[in-house]
Amino acid sequence: MLLRKVSQSSALCSTVLRLPAVLTGGQRQAAVVFVGQNGRLYASQAAEAVLEKPAAVGSDAATKVEKKTAAAAESKSFAFNIFKGQITTSQVFPFPQVLNEEQEQFLRELVGPCSKFFEEVNDPAKNDALEKVEDHTMEGLKEMGAFGMQVPADLGGVGLSNTQYARLVEIVGSHDLGVGITLGAHQSIGFKGILLFGNKAQKEKYLPKLASGEHIAAFCLTEPASGSDAASIKTVAVQSPCGKYFTLNGSKIWISNGGLAEIFTVFAKTPMKDPKTGEMKDKITAFIVERSFGGVTHGPPEKKMGIKASNTAEVYFDNVRVPAECVLGEIGGGFKVAMNILNNGRFGMAAALSGTMKNVIAKAVDHAANRTQFGNKIHNYGAIQEKVARMTMLQYVAESMAYMISGNMDSGATDFQIEAAISKIFASEAAWFVTDESIQVMGGMGFMKDAGIERVMRDLRIFRIFEGTNDILRLFVALNGFQNAGNQLKSLQKALKSPISNASVLAGEITKRAKRLTVKAIEQFGGVIEELLIKHGKKIIDEQFILKRVADCAIDIYAMVVVLSRASRALSEGHTSAQHEKLLCETWCTEAHDRVTHEIKSLHSSESRKLFSNMRAISAAVVENGGVVAAHPLGF
Amino acid sequence: MSGRVLVGVKRVIDYAVKIRVKPDNTGVVTDGVKHSMNPFCEIAVEEAVKLKEKKLIKEVVAVSCGPQQSQETIRTALAMGADRGIHVDVSGKDYENLGPLQVSKILAALAKQEDAQLILLGKQAIDDDCNQTGQMTAALLDWPQGTFASEVSLEGDKINLVREIDGGLEHIKINTPAVITADLRLNTPRYATLPNIMKAKKKKIVTVKPADLGVDVTSRLEVLKVEEPPQRQAGRV
Repeated sequence: MLLRKVSQSSALCSTVLRLPAVLTGGQRQAAVVFVGQNGRLYASQAAEAVLEKPAAVGSDAATKVEKKTAAAAESKSFAFNIFKGQITTSQVFPFPQVLNEEQEQFLRELVGPCSKFFEEVNDPAKNDALEKVEDHTMEGLKEMGAFGMQVPADLGGVGLSNTQYARLVEIVGSHDLGVGITLGAHQSIGFKGILLFGNKAQKEKYLPKLASGEHIAAFCLTEPASGSDAASIKTVAVQSPCGKYFTLNGSKIWISNGGLAEIFTVFAKTPMKDPKTGEMKDKITAFIVERSFGGVTHGPPEKKMGIKASNTAEVYFDNVRVPAECVLGEIGGGFKVAMNILNNGRFGMAAALSGTMKNVIAKAVDHAANRTQFGNKIHNYGAIQEKVARMTMLQYVAESMAYMISGNMDSGATDFQIEAAISKIFASEAAWFVTDESIQVMGGMGFMKDAGIERVMRDLRIFRIFEGTNDILRLFVALNGFQNAGNQLKSLQKALKSPISNASVLAGEITKRAKRLTVKAIEQFGGVIEELLIKHGKKIIDEQFILKRVADCAIDIYAMVVVLSRASRALSEGHTSAQHEKLLCETWCTEAHDRVTHEIKSLHSSESRKLFSNMRAISAAVVENGGVVAAHPLGF
Repeated sequence: MSGRVLVGVKRVIDYAVKIRVKPDNTGVVTDGVKHSMNPFCEIAVEEAVKLKEKKLIKEVVAVSCGPQQSQETIRTALAMGADRGIHVDVSGKDYENLGPLQVSKILAALAKQEDAQLILLGKQAIDDDCNQTGQMTAALLDWPQGTFASEVSLEGDKINLVREIDGGLEHIKINTPAVITADLRLNTPRYATLPNIMKAKKKKIVTVKPADLGVDVTSRLEVLKVEEPPQRQAGRV
């Protein structure tokens, strides 16, 4: 997915970047990317000298250099463009409103019964204690149509758009994340591949029973030795000589719904002949595998910290015969399928978690408003006020991101992967913080099972890990951004955006101060990105200390713009909560701007470089010692 | 017998909402407040749909009197299994003053127009707690009434009914056509499923005005003041 075709301009050369396989995927021969120079007034001859002509990269990756006649296509993604210090507003202003009257009315009708079901029938404490979703609840969910929310109506589903789905998933998230994962593993990733890449025959064969919940689906990518490094999977599917079927062998771990599913989306290495060179290569292919094919078994349910109601199990494939018609997408195109599926479902997590946070904040506030200590209700004390305010802002940002992205997706945007990754990182970390603070506000009560918050805390921990760990996603955000920043090989003049023109792009947005801070942040960000590219060139991909900080800036900036957009809309439409939203927006932007500025400063400084190398040294020593190195204060 | 049942459904403030009195004491705050179908009306709809599933009646028609938003309540009834809806459009001041007498006149007119065999209502609405509409409707139509029903069974052209009364349970047998009002223990209303809500989109809702039915909705009552109950004083032991 990251092979870029780039034009070679006479004025500027390009630097070759080789991105780690985890991000580029299994397309081994395509693991090369070009990064060009960002044009800025103060770019000097010296800078040009740093750039090298594309060099052939040896061993396991072949360089692909192709000349294009036209310039690379411009991305409309806001997050992509901030890496160039540019504000591209089409996807962020105004805040998207994508539901027509009929869709909105339909959605309103769905929200009531859905909430009612979760309030009255689903028992999250019971589900957690039993470590499964109660049978009558599962039946109720199936009858509700909850298993096929995004399947088209003519195939038995509810046919919801992304925005409508987000609204309902928010309800699930606010009540029971265990059920949320059971439903999500089934439809958000389990059979999403069929929705996105399935041919007509596959859709008609599988979707109806999946939509009704008669068949449950599971997404099988992770293996004992392949988590983040998804391209290194070892499950193999060998095509028969006649070509009619594949024989699948391997094992997958930590598969949600692994013990329940009938239909599996399985990723395996298929040996293929490279058409150009004739050599045999291993490429990943996605398959639809039915348990009824035989040879599919699963292990016992894993004992987990949280989302206990969700079934997690190992799945084993032993000489499973998979018909060739069950290949999903193209043979050898499996990595793209996997990444697209995960990318497509990410907004759902942000939506669900914004629901979780709402619920948890309500509980904390209920306690704070009623608990009297030292003669006052505790919500009168500054310590509690700060907690409540921070929780509220984080929820506001996460919710805004979720619906901005779902709105963009419904409007037909295709380049939302950075924003989707940002929303997953932000929402999962925000939810963890918010729930933790909620427990703190509630004091000892928060720690007790009956209050229901400790369960949410345990359920939330996995959200920072699965579907792409936050650490990997940060690298993804940073490197995708760097790649795009360098890609634009336009003339210096055109690539330059003056500070004034950036500000004018946001003109008309009513929250002036927040707007000013956002513009400043973006410009500083664009500047430091260029600096880093010049300084490190292709080696930037190994500078994870830097990449993490770059990603954090991008996340904060996207967050600022998202709340700016939402609050502006609230103000211009005269919502009753507009003034409150303005307050949230300005407070958030002030703090986010400070964080971004501080981070950029440290990225400029040589001190931070010293700190990074110190940390490397500390880590090396501790790893070598198998534990802490410092002698005990007592000497023994 | 037409086999047609008319079910009245009322849009009320949701039972879980904390009610607040308007600062001018003319009523309660309804703007932006969550509304839903009156719980007793849900039970009435459920009973009607059950009768249809048992093939004892042929068609369930949901009726609601109120502004545009009442159509949402009718849609919920359609999603539960009603076949079509009639929205009697009453808004503004007329709606604020709409009470059991006017509604029962409307229902009586509709019952005649639709040739209804049975009218099913909730025993009372949770906003005004009037507990009058069923009784008045039956009186206007000169039909028998089975109020506070906790069990209903059709036997030919008669209805066996168990009523919950202060002294216990009363068993009665009434002729049809009749008016029945549902009490809490009559049944447990089903959840509207997402596929049923989708199907309900295709069912028809017809809008009429009270004047079309020859009903005058001017109220004979005037609300003078609405205020919160007095604050509870501490007890004394």
